[in-house]
Amino acid sequence: MEIPYTAQPRPDTGVYNAKIGIWLFLASEVMLFGALFSSYILLRVGALSADWPVGLLNVPIGTVNTAVLILSSVTVVMAWASLKMGRLDRFKIYQAITIVCALIFLVIKSFEYRDKFTHYEVWLDKPLTVIHGTEEVKIHRMTGHIEGKPAFLTLPKVKAKNLESIAFIPDEHHYSEGKVAMHQHDAHAEHKAIEIPVSDIKRLTSFVPAHSTYFAIYFTLTGLHALHVLGGALVMAYLFFTASKMYKTEPDRFTNRIEVSGLFWHFVDLVWIFLFPVLYLL
Amino acid sequence: MSDHTHDISKHVRGYLIIGGTLIIGTVLTVLASYVDLGHHWNITLALIIATAKASLVALFFMHLISERQMIYIVLAFTTFFFIGLMALTIAAYHDHPATTTLR
Repeated sequence: MEIPYTAQPRPDTGVYNAKIGIWLFLASEVMLFGALFSSYILLRVGALSADWPVGLLNVPIGTVNTAVLILSSVTVVMAWASLKMGRLDRFKIYQAITIVCALIFLVIKSFEYRDKFTHYEVWLDKPLTVIHGTEEVKIHRMTGHIEGKPAFLTLPKVKAKNLESIAFIPDEHHYSEGKVAMHQHDAHAEHKAIEIPVSDIKRLTSFVPAHSTYFAIYFTLTGLHALHVLGGALVMAYLFFTASKMYKTEPDRFTNRIEVSGLFWHFVDLVWIFLFPVLYLL
Repeated sequence: MSDHTHDISKHVRGYLIIGGTLIIGTVLTVLASYVDLGHHWNITLALIIATAKASLVALFFMHLISERQMIYIVLAFTTFFFIGLMALTIAAYHDHPATTTLR
């Protein structure tokens, strides 16, 4: 049986069926991301500022990733326009660039995730006394790295390894000092490792979902978004490799498929346009 | 589909301009976050820029500026339920059990 209205618009709706289909799907996606966004808002307004990390994400990298997605959105629409103008060769170039952009986005995102998994916060039972200028400051919690850059270390794991102490390289500022302090952070400053006895540690965790509600919602939102990028990339790769065959026999139907996959891709870009400022900048 | 080759090549220029505008918007978003306007205004400004960028994507890349009525009907429902969801969010924020106190 032939699927009706894949190339020509259906008289009563005025559009081909796949277009109605994708818009209904996107409507459900709006509610999915909307619900998570709503959760984010409630977690954010309900959190004490000392427990809501700011400035821990890498803004330049996030900005590059935003630009990569915008570029891919342009090439997606150019790929479709090329088919409309009957240029299969140009379509293939634009489609290939889009897929590469999607992969670049995912690679950058995975490096960002790895950065979080090796970045720690430690809470101390016995506060550490540090000389800050002329003042003595007592430190109860700090963020930083552990020598050797291990990932996913926690207090139970440290204890299981029978370690006496951990070599902790503290960050200049703690996020509870606010965004301004975090922005002044000097990434090139030399930081010395301090030995923290394991018996003094109350809690140790890297920036994984279990760290705080912020990272829980951060990984949920960006993880779900990254899955959408991956899904979109797979569909576009399939269309890229079957392009020549289908375009020869059913050019209109194929062009519509590209339009529909493009609509999904623009939606994924659109979600990121909101996620980027909300998670990275505020 | 009433698009002709001629119309499409005119659109292509527009797509590139929109793409450039979106990149500029991204830079603006980042720059605006470094200006301290007070937390509420920073959030408001960031959301205004994001909404403007999202509108450009929806209107031009997703062709919503000239779509069939059926698509608008689907979107009208989406908008209605999305606004409802956000209204519930705001209501939830203001709804505290009698035993809790506001910070």
